Amino acid sequence: MEYYLISAAKAAILMGGLLLTLLYLQWIERKVIAHVQVRIGPSRVGPHGLLQPVADSLKLLLKEDLIPPHVNKFLYLLAPFLAVTLSLLSFAVIPFGPEIEVLGVRTRMQLADLDIAVLFVLAVSSLTVYAVVLAGWSSNSKYPLLGGLRSAAQMISYELPLALAVAAPLLLANSLNLREIVERQEGFYLGLLPRWNLLHLPAPQLLGFLLFGVAMFAETNRIPFDLPEAENELVAGFHAEYSAMKFAAFFMAEYANMITVSAMATLLFLGGWLPPLPARWGADLLPALAAAGAGALALYHGLHPARPRDRRTLPAAAAGFFALAVLLLLPPLRPVLLPLFWFLAKVGLLLWVFMWVRGTLPRFRYDQLMRFAWGFLFPAAVLNLLATGLLVALF
Amino acid sequence: MDGLLFLIFAAIAVVSGLNVVLQRQPIASALSLVAVMGSLAMLYLLLGAQFIAAVQVIVYAGAVMVLFVMVIMLLNAGRERSAGASLMASALGVPLLAGLAAALAYVMLLAFPDPRPVRFGEFREGGAAQVGYALFTRYLLPFELTSVLVLIAILGAVALAWREGRK
Repeated sequence: MEYYLISAAKAAILMGGLLLTLLYLQWIERKVIAHVQVRIGPSRVGPHGLLQPVADSLKLLLKEDLIPPHVNKFLYLLAPFLAVTLSLLSFAVIPFGPEIEVLGVRTRMQLADLDIAVLFVLAVSSLTVYAVVLAGWSSNSKYPLLGGLRSAAQMISYELPLALAVAAPLLLANSLNLREIVERQEGFYLGLLPRWNLLHLPAPQLLGFLLFGVAMFAETNRIPFDLPEAENELVAGFHAEYSAMKFAAFFMAEYANMITVSAMATLLFLGGWLPPLPARWGADLLPALAAAGAGALALYHGLHPARPRDRRTLPAAAAGFFALAVLLLLPPLRPVLLPLFWFLAKVGLLLWVFMWVRGTLPRFRYDQLMRFAWGFLFPAAVLNLLATGLLVALF
Repeated sequence: MDGLLFLIFAAIAVVSGLNVVLQRQPIASALSLVAVMGSLAMLYLLLGAQFIAAVQVIVYAGAVMVLFVMVIMLLNAGRERSAGASLMASALGVPLLAGLAAALAYVMLLAFPDPRPVRFGEFREGGAAQVGYALFTRYLLPFELTSVLVLIAILGAVALAWREGRK
């Protein structure tokens, strides 16, 4: 009974946090892209446009739920449902931290501790292509169909290097369990360099991380691999015939998939929730210092405001950051908050790279995309796997 | 609990399997086949074969069937038309089917004279390590032969594409 209660509570916390993140990830992305392009971004609804996501979702919720007359109704409705369900499913096995004790209960910061967690994530992500393909086909319209076809070819092609890149750190960890994979990365070389799989002897996965990084952009259909929804040639690609919440469902799925692959990259290559520095170099104080620094920066700009409204909003943000810094220093909360901080910081960094790349790179041409996958990425991933296997077997 | 889950997923598998044959729309048949693969994976999971279940989803539902669906979409295959009932099919179909089912049931009973249901959680040897160990020790020869078979298939596909490309 207790197990079910704890699981339900964890699921509620996870879903709440996840949905809030999905809501605000889009605001963050719009802000980042705006600043890359020397614009301001959303700024009208609420302070710094902070209520923009709420306004957007209200608008999408209240819109008329349109079903075009020419679609295959069952599959047309199934596709967005599949997209969201599958994209949220992977979070069930992703560990956010080690075993912790809350209110006298020992539990893992993870919903389900599967022995085949890596395979589970791969299986779920290999099914996501159906959502896109079915959306394209059931729309019964030329641009969505082309988008769906492109996406199927692209996702099959890039799944291969992705899976091969994932296999190399598995050889180092000798496990398919995500929690164990992170635990094997604990410790430091020379008391300084973390033993993350990125640097793990005998086979540092620098190349593997790079390959995984490229493939994860393609798997999530993001720029520079967003051929399935290339606006200038396919209108909006596979979701051109969708409106209201069904359209939003695809967006939600895309952002959830971004978080999933970022979390996988963090767990497999970047040491999950482990800190990048030994504790004696102040790794436990760093989160609080970072939060306090952010608070000080916000306070400074609040005292020297560029716009009149900053006088009120930035000090409020500063107060929030300072409160976070205090929380990160409180001894009873530290075993929970510190691993969570490092995990979220790494995932956040990767998500920011997603946005940065979107603001920087143009889109590939379709033949370039395919040649890149089969001509470079796949052989490189095979070589990386072979080299890793050899090194692990020898040492 | 596991008995109930078995019944649910077995029912889904059987109904979807029938649907594969009965549907006229090729894409509906292909998707029903995906449902069969998915429910089979769930049945494997109930037996404790977690690795096989995950591989079933990755390989069949995630790779093979995606290719099927893609080809169907590429060819834009329309509804199938009934080829007209042939006399032999309508006369011999049902008896032959019944005979096949009876033969299968007989072989099953012969092979497993004392059937005992596997309870969920009883069998714990289904992990990746155990499957890998079995493949590389006891089943090494069949495993390697299968990979040679797959290699031959790949060579055949490349040879066919080569000839087409040079024309």
